[in-house]
Amino acid sequence: MGAGHAHRLYRAADSPVHALPPHTKLAAVFCFVVVVVSTPREAMWAFALYAALLAAVAYAARVPLPYLLKRLLIEIPFVAFAVLMPFVAEGERVHFLGLSLSESGLWGAWNVLAKGTLGVAASVLLASTTELRELLLGLQRLKLPPLLVQIASFMIRYGDVITDEMRRMKIARESRGFEAKGVRHWGVLAKSAGALFIRSYERGERVHLAMVSRGYAGSMPVIDEVTATRAQWSYALTLPGAALFVCLMGWML
Amino acid sequence: MHVPDGFIDAPVSAAAGAVAAGAIVVSLRGARRELGDASRSGTAGSGGERTAPLAGLVAAFIFAVQMLNFPVAAGTSGHLLGGALAAILVGPYTGVLCVSVVLLMQGVLFADGGLTALGVNITDMAITTTVVAYLVFRALVKLLPRTRRSITVASFAAALLSVPAAAVVFTCFYAIGGTTDVSLAKVATAMIGVHVLIGIGEAVITALTVGAVVAVRPDLVHGARGLHKPLKLKVGGELIDAPVSPVAVAARGRSHRKVWAAGLLTSLVLAGGVSYYASTNPDGLMKVAHDKGIDKKEKPHAASDSPLAGYGVKDVTGSRGLAGAIGVGVTLVAGSGVFWVLRRRRTSDPASTEPVADGAVS
Repeated sequence: MGAGHAHRLYRAADSPVHALPPHTKLAAVFCFVVVVVSTPREAMWAFALYAALLAAVAYAARVPLPYLLKRLLIEIPFVAFAVLMPFVAEGERVHFLGLSLSESGLWGAWNVLAKGTLGVAASVLLASTTELRELLLGLQRLKLPPLLVQIASFMIRYGDVITDEMRRMKIARESRGFEAKGVRHWGVLAKSAGALFIRSYERGERVHLAMVSRGYAGSMPVIDEVTATRAQWSYALTLPGAALFVCLMGWML
Repeated sequence: MHVPDGFIDAPVSAAAGAVAAGAIVVSLRGARRELGDASRSGTAGSGGERTAPLAGLVAAFIFAVQMLNFPVAAGTSGHLLGGALAAILVGPYTGVLCVSVVLLMQGVLFADGGLTALGVNITDMAITTTVVAYLVFRALVKLLPRTRRSITVASFAAALLSVPAAAVVFTCFYAIGGTTDVSLAKVATAMIGVHVLIGIGEAVITALTVGAVVAVRPDLVHGARGLHKPLKLKVGGELIDAPVSPVAVAARGRSHRKVWAAGLLTSLVLAGGVSYYASTNPDGLMKVAHDKGIDKKEKPHAASDSPLAGYGVKDVTGSRGLAGAIGVGVTLVAGSGVFWVLRRRRTSDPASTEPVADGAVS
């Protein structure tokens, strides 16, 4: 999340995955994650197959593996939590290297780790093969309320501007010798947040007036309507389809 | 507190998703009112079209302020959740909407919080914090004397309670649909314990931030709406009330319920009576909707062989009126939720053909 520029998430390339319409990719990723989450955790091989499926997608999308792994670092907090789990969970204990670990805790840790990682990897692949604007259009195609999509697109567009504004305020504070060391400095940070709110809100009012003066009446015109052919849909849904097959196998075996 | 995929089981995630979706629909409606109401700078009469830019910018603000780390003792630092702050500054509906949008974007773009856990995350971090904070805030503002200081005090208490409340809701989700075997008591103690501490930080920063905004632009703080006193003019040595601009009064005094009831009656009459003679050309509203792209959400009818297809009850000749009336009822029930949002937009037009909307779109 800490990455300032949202568009850095996108990795331009010319691949079949990049060329797919955004809403098919969104639907595919969502179905894939649902399938992964509903797989029984005992079927360890199933998760290996899921990972292989994602690796195949990454290969097709020409996303290099180190890049993908670097982006996976976002889940470190959950990893820490999962590592703790075998120590605090209830149930039968197993002894390993002199540590007393809970068996169900180990299963739980595996469960969260495997499913969480696959979910994050799928989202990362989506974000690095789909442009932001396309992603928003795709959400709109998937019947998200248009107003919500508009709000989201404003957030994305102005997120960088507002974050930069905050960064400049930080530089201004630091150039005057301020260093946030503890509770005593919260007041300064809060005043910065207050100033940032006023600036954001006033910018919102200006943006609104600018839009009204250009004929905005509550809905954005869609100029590049995205549509998907049956072939594109079936191509995109190969991933969740294969995952569903693995999942069913996992339940039956 | 972003919940990853696989931490809460599928049925509970789906239920939370339904709750979140419902809350977002309600908030979309409420945010129109909140941000439309906030028109002060001579843009009276504008309603819906303010929502997107303002809510979007506030969401960007929440997004940025979540990156603002404040140092706690011993080298660690926390960051704001922002739910309470948003509720107090821009109102509860806009607050829910903004934090939800932030969570949605974090989930889809930054892989922060699982996609299937989106409902859980929104219910937990957007809805719970905002609603609890706003209720506490309103209650305290009512009880305390009407001064700026009590706004600060109320924001402190609201933020302080909102964060542990989110932890409690998370624990409830865990109790119903947790996939791991950590005992409930341990989860509850850890979550609530940690979040009481986080809540203190959140409370201090929120109260100071609200205080800073109230000091500069009190008109921007939604929670401090009732605070400002009527303007006074000094004429000939004594104070008299300044005249209130009539536009604002007219906008306030409008009852939506009456409009709604009239609309229902009109649409029943129109659908039952007039549609008997109606031509098959698309009506005005459909045309407007088509031209403006409002009907993007209309699906091609999946139920085209249902008994009501083509506006005639099957096997009953000449029953168009009946079908129309039934259609109005069904559409009203099914469509009110979503179309309320669009309705608001149209009510702001003076020459609105709004009352027919519910029936005609069917």
